[in-house]
Amino acid sequence: MAAKRPAKKTNVSGDELKQYYRDMLLIRRFEEKAGQLYGMGLIGGFCHLYIGQEAVVVGLEAAAEEGDKRVTSYRDHGHMLACGMDPNGVMAELTGREGGYSKGKGGSMHMFSKEKHFYGGHGIVGAQVPIGAGLAFADKYKDNGRVTFAYFGDGAANQGQVYETFNMAAIWDLPVIFVIENNQYAMGTAQQRSTSTPDIYTRGEAFGIPGEAVDGMDVLAVKEAGERAVAHCRKGKGPYILEIKTYRYRGHSMSDPAKYRTREEVQKMREERDAIEHVRALLIDGKHASEEDLKAIDKEIKAVVNASADFAKDSPLPALDELWTDIYA
Amino acid sequence: MAIEILMPALSPTMEEGTLAKWLVKEGDNVSSGDILAEIETDKATMEFEAVDEGVIGKILVPEGSEGVKVNTAIATLLEDGDAADAEPDTAKTEDKAEETAAAAPVAAKAATPDAPKPDLTPDWPEGTEVKQQTVREALRDAMAEEMRGDENVYLMGEEVAEYQGAYKVSQGLLDEFGAKRVIDTPITEHGFAGIAVGAAFGGLRPIVEFMTFNFAMQAIDQIINSAAKTLYMSGGQMGAPMVFRGPNGAAARVGAQHSQDYAAWYAQIPGLKVVMPYSASDAKGLLKSAIRDANPVIFLENEILYGRSFDVPVMDDFTVPFGKARIWREGSDVTIVSFGIGMQYALEAAEKLEQDGISAEVIDLRTLRPIDYDTVLASVMKTNRCVTVEEGWPVGSIGNHLSATIMTRAFDYLDAPVLNCTGKDVPMPYAANLEKHALVTTDEVVAAVKQVTYR
Repeated sequence: MAAKRPAKKTNVSGDELKQYYRDMLLIRRFEEKAGQLYGMGLIGGFCHLYIGQEAVVVGLEAAAEEGDKRVTSYRDHGHMLACGMDPNGVMAELTGREGGYSKGKGGSMHMFSKEKHFYGGHGIVGAQVPIGAGLAFADKYKDNGRVTFAYFGDGAANQGQVYETFNMAAIWDLPVIFVIENNQYAMGTAQQRSTSTPDIYTRGEAFGIPGEAVDGMDVLAVKEAGERAVAHCRKGKGPYILEIKTYRYRGHSMSDPAKYRTREEVQKMREERDAIEHVRALLIDGKHASEEDLKAIDKEIKAVVNASADFAKDSPLPALDELWTDIYA
Repeated sequence: MAIEILMPALSPTMEEGTLAKWLVKEGDNVSSGDILAEIETDKATMEFEAVDEGVIGKILVPEGSEGVKVNTAIATLLEDGDAADAEPDTAKTEDKAEETAAAAPVAAKAATPDAPKPDLTPDWPEGTEVKQQTVREALRDAMAEEMRGDENVYLMGEEVAEYQGAYKVSQGLLDEFGAKRVIDTPITEHGFAGIAVGAAFGGLRPIVEFMTFNFAMQAIDQIINSAAKTLYMSGGQMGAPMVFRGPNGAAARVGAQHSQDYAAWYAQIPGLKVVMPYSASDAKGLLKSAIRDANPVIFLENEILYGRSFDVPVMDDFTVPFGKARIWREGSDVTIVSFGIGMQYALEAAEKLEQDGISAEVIDLRTLRPIDYDTVLASVMKTNRCVTVEEGWPVGSIGNHLSATIMTRAFDYLDAPVLNCTGKDVPMPYAANLEKHALVTTDEVVAAVKQVTYR
């Protein structure tokens, strides 16, 4: 971790901390359940879990306002839950059912919600980056003060279209925050084997785009950095880069044998740096919540997740007619 | 011999229906297009039209009959000289074309139950004033009119603003609409195509100009994976209403990397609409329709055609709908189908053929997705012969697709195999003589027509 852990003392209220705890826990439990359903054969194809990276989206959503937009890659379940999309609809899309956000036609990697300003869910590495800048282009064109979060990984950070986009975002001062979720592995290739610079955000300097590295295992650090980035964009100063150093506990996708890193490395991150445990400690140590309070939250989350799994299992398969709909508007 | 009129399938899934009402009686004269009966399915009541002309012989299934299986003979149609009790000729059933179409799993969705009835209304009302205008001016006017009408329409691309367009198509637009709406991009097709897709998701109506479609290959992932598929992948929640336009195909002496025709490539993609105009009025009317369309539209222009002049109607708001071909010449011996610059060869060939006493009907498809199959099929059913013309490569060409469609839906009408005239199966050479040979030529079209007409 290049970024430093902030002091324990925070100016965040207990209620806010509890909300972050709840939001991160929802993602983790949801993803665990998705992993289970995948194992049972209820979810097919590619399924990329977000476990370990929860503080990134929860911290940044805490810095966003209503109307701000977000777009990401195929590791997208966490982003959808964090921006308020319904777990039932997300899980039912994973199982390819009628009740899914895309009526079962998108799947894990291709989900959208116009209502929540979530613009996907994109399966092609890096393709969401110019799309994110384009959303920001539309907002600037309409002069509506909105910003867009364009998430991508350390792997996508080597895509040519990312740098084409940096260039245009800079010359046109687009209100877009490029969020590099650096989980240190591009599928199975460690960052130092694939990427010329240890701190990817420094690449923005070549385009005149300011940026910073952020401790992605600390939701409060992410939120503060997010607020700086949002303020920069809303003032009309153009794009901003946040390189959020994070870690994925699970494989790249469900079919990843994970031979490229040791079990000990993963274990060490889980034990020493886990983002949810961090907030849990802040809540208990700051006397914002008791063990019982947190247990109650755990129980509540579990119920939400179980309900989403039930919904996803019970929702019918899409009608065969759906094959032919939504091709043209 | 009498013809059997069969119970039609009014949808790909229909197996039986109710013959609700006969609208003709025995002895009535009917001609193609007359409504014979009303047929009810579980979904709807539909009118059933005659395909051939003749006299109704016997009504075999009375009105009110339920559960009539598809393809059951419901009446006989007497042709000239038939006696009322003539035996039906089962080999020549009325719905042959439709039956074969229904048997093809993909074509079935698009198949029309009866012989096609193309929309033959003219593009503009008779008596409308026309003026001569180049394709280039027509395209510019289309963009300007639509930009005046909708604040969210903007143009982006390389050299579209201060340079006034690499081919001067966007001349004057920067002056009228300003730098906010006429935007010069860096030479980064992949990136700016993606930004435009995002802008379309975000509620704008981008027009993306590629200096040529050869360079759009850098951006093709964004065009297909992001623009064309998102409506489907999002279950209808969001899509990309936008236009990708620019010159396509061979110009002159620019070699292999600047001369490719992408018509067949893009026409293959569900979710895209694909337009390839020939004339100036089509360039204008179709581009206006493209800008208003709620879907991503690939608009394939041609550098050689930019400077050609055609009649363009003087109208406040002239548009041409997608999926409606234009018949440039009526004829009776052969149907020549083309689009874009291919029309030049098709029309030249038709003139030469006329001197040889061969009457060619020339159809300009104008849009390749959707394709106006009805106009093509109705023409082929009349002429019984077809030649297709395009500049693109032969393998997986538009001509191939039309041949298959005609074979599936009008097999019994064909008196000769459909021939495809295409560009040659080689990268475009630079040398002038080789280049000329690599493209399709008028002489090749003439020779193909003579082959199918056995002259």
